[in-house]
Amino acid sequence: MATVTLKPIKTPELIFEGYSITPDNFAGKTAAQIADLPGHEGKILMRLGDFFEISGNAGETAADTNIVITGDCSRVKYIGARMTAGTVTVNGNADMYVGGWMKGGKVHIKGNMDSFCGIQMEGGELICDGDAKNHVGCAYRGDWRGMKGGTIRIRGSAGNDIGTFMLGGTIIIEKDAFIHVSTHAEGGTVIIKGDVEGRVGGQMVKGDMYVLGKIKFMMPGYQKVDTVEKEVDGVTYKLDHYIGDLGERHGKSKGQIVYANLYVPAAA
Amino acid sequence: MAQGELIIKGGFIVDPTRKINGDVGDVAIKDGKIVEKVSSSAKVIDAKGKVVMAGGVDVHAHVAGPKVNAGRLMRPEDKLRAGTCRSNMAQKNGYRMESGFSIPSTFKTGYEYARMGYAFVMEAAMPPLLAPHTHEEIHDTPIIDEAALPVFGNNWFVMDYIRKGEVENTAAYIAWLLKVTKGYGVKVVNPGGTAAWAWGLNCLGLNDRVPYFEVTPAEIMTGLMEANEYLGLPHSMHVHQNDLGNPGNYAITIDSLKLAEGIKTKNKFGREQVMHSTHLQFHSYGGEGWGTFCSKAKEVMDYVNKTKNITIDLGCVTLDETTTMTADGPFEHHLHGLNHLKWTNVDVEMETAAGVVPYVYDPNIKVCDIQWAIGLELALYAKDMDRTFITTDHPNAGPFTRYPRVIKWLMSKQARDAVLNSFKHKDKVLDAISLHTIKRELSLFEIAQMTRAGPAKCLGLGAYYGGLAPGMLGDVAIYDLNFKDMPRDPEKIEAAFQRAACFVKSGEIVVKDGEVVSNGHKKTVWVNAKMPENPQVTRDVTQAFTKGTYTMDIRNYPVRDYLAPHPFVIEYDVEA
Ligand SMILES: [Zn+2]
Ligand SMILES: [Zn+2]
Repeated sequence: MATVTLKPIKTPELIFEGYSITPDNFAGKTAAQIADLPGHEGKILMRLGDFFEISGNAGETAADTNIVITGDCSRVKYIGARMTAGTVTVNGNADMYVGGWMKGGKVHIKGNMDSFCGIQMEGGELICDGDAKNHVGCAYRGDWRGMKGGTIRIRGSAGNDIGTFMLGGTIIIEKDAFIHVSTHAEGGTVIIKGDVEGRVGGQMVKGDMYVLGKIKFMMPGYQKVDTVEKEVDGVTYKLDHYIGDLGERHGKSKGQIVYANLYVPAAA
Repeated sequence: MAQGELIIKGGFIVDPTRKINGDVGDVAIKDGKIVEKVSSSAKVIDAKGKVVMAGGVDVHAHVAGPKVNAGRLMRPEDKLRAGTCRSNMAQKNGYRMESGFSIPSTFKTGYEYARMGYAFVMEAAMPPLLAPHTHEEIHDTPIIDEAALPVFGNNWFVMDYIRKGEVENTAAYIAWLLKVTKGYGVKVVNPGGTAAWAWGLNCLGLNDRVPYFEVTPAEIMTGLMEANEYLGLPHSMHVHQNDLGNPGNYAITIDSLKLAEGIKTKNKFGREQVMHSTHLQFHSYGGEGWGTFCSKAKEVMDYVNKTKNITIDLGCVTLDETTTMTADGPFEHHLHGLNHLKWTNVDVEMETAAGVVPYVYDPNIKVCDIQWAIGLELALYAKDMDRTFITTDHPNAGPFTRYPRVIKWLMSKQARDAVLNSFKHKDKVLDAISLHTIKRELSLFEIAQMTRAGPAKCLGLGAYYGGLAPGMLGDVAIYDLNFKDMPRDPEKIEAAFQRAACFVKSGEIVVKDGEVVSNGHKKTVWVNAKMPENPQVTRDVTQAFTKGTYTMDIRNYPVRDYLAPHPFVIEYDVEA
């Protein structure tokens, strides 16, 4: 394993599009070659070396390459986007599209993330120690094909539109979320350990949602069917099981209609 | 139009309008037009070892107007799928950013057609009420010359005049509408069906009656053909038939084509057909349902081949993810019910409607593969390539940027077989088609007929486009293909047609080595068929605006001149 270290040396005046910051793009390159990789600041073509001091050569392949960014990337987008293997660690905040469309490997953001992290993700692991803004693991705007696989774990809170059009994979928000969870989803699992304002599972066709705090406004299209014991992220809870969205189309499996499932703490 | 002299030297000239098939020669251009010869100071373009054709002519594509824009707004993901819009040469050279795959931006539309060596594109369905916007978009599409066909097949005035059997009034209304919308000819989309859609209904049969108007699709098509020939318009009635996209529709397709049998061509523009039947692929289906869905391309082409006064375009499925958009409102609702993807529906008061739904022609789905085969079978069964034109009904069956791929499939059995062999349900597909049994491979001459000479003649534009005779517009495409030694690898055919080695448009080099080097001088082509004042039509139209049938004021209806600042008007007096 080889580690490439990026030390931020300049705050971009516009947002810097750091789409080259992935183990896949770094693989097989020296520090000097990595400094020459492209990125855009607005419409102007820049180099990674314009914003980072780079040390260490990459490994032969993406899987052999670790990237560590030693400071704040609040104005750097697309970190780890489309990566397939290796790791990226940011010792600070990151801007939008962290780990978007990623297929494998691991991204760890130690600060907060802006919106659209892990969008249309297909595999791998994305961990954020702080908060995420909106559109965690959702579909690209307009697209009906959302997150397909992998895991996103946000140790803080998240904003709205989590797992929109989700098809697979897992999203865990350890604190609160705002509105629109798993809207239009047809698969996958979303776990929110804190409170949610509302609009949980609207137009959801299939998939699972767990809200371990309170849902302030429940969707009218969900109906309680039973109370179950379930393990959620390693802890067992007694949960009320709802199915829905009853206003949406649903497929059948073995003669049974398949609904989306919503689990909330069992009423005392 | 560019000033100065150009000579394209030593290429293999392919020009069906003069029956030239690969002869080595020169093409001289002066002040934007093709001439016999130029002086020795003319700029020389070396075309040695390359194919030289007239600029391409697209008879049917949806490239401008409200439904195209609705598609763009509704599909931001189409821009993402197009990949980067920054790194290409055009932008490096200082030209505009390009975006979108199936519904490209206006700039990308102009650049991509130019890169393929196309000079003229017909926007196939313009809602008259929204013609000003359509022309604004056309003006924003660089390089290529364009015209637009207003839709008439569900228009309240037209249906009213046709019900009463008033051919002259229908014609006078058409002439008025073409003039105020700067339109080119008579487009008909699902005649009667789109009007019925306002009642939540459709017209799937030729004799279904349109609610309230009590006319039938057959009467609308016949009436519009008669009015079209009364006016002697450059183009014929151009129809998207009823019952599009449904298994078993080939019978109604042939019945609709038969409506042309009694109608005589009358025009001074060299056009021979009275009906152009568009995107025939969508109308050549057999079977009783999706399970028994199969090709009836042979049956349909047998009729087309023996009937001289009709022309067709293919509407080839290209097996891409695309965006369907049509004035066939009820069809788009039906399609949305099949694929559950997002749907937009628009009503245009008194005139038409439109719908937009994304569609994925997935090679792993049997029906999509059969549709792909039908488009190619139509071309390969055609006997008269001057009446058979290459289209994808862009973007309905695939984006226009796939024309080079369609050309590759038509020119190479090997390329077709490679696709057939890649199908997951190959055996089931082969049971429903005959493409695999066809050995025919089209020649460059036939491709030039289908993309140049033929469509130009069908549009009544044969004097200007589609050939390289002196006097015609100086639109010349050079392709990196050796006529005498065509590549074994079909991919090279596609590559050559995708990016012209050079494209001269209106006498100016606009593409060099496949890349845009000039924004060119585009023109908007429209038709002014001058008729004596028709008091009844004037009164009917005026009343529709003053009595509130239209919600807008008549003063805001016409396309102002500033919206089409580079007009190329075909103006003539109608002979009654
Ligand atoms: Zn159509
Ligand atoms: Zn069309």
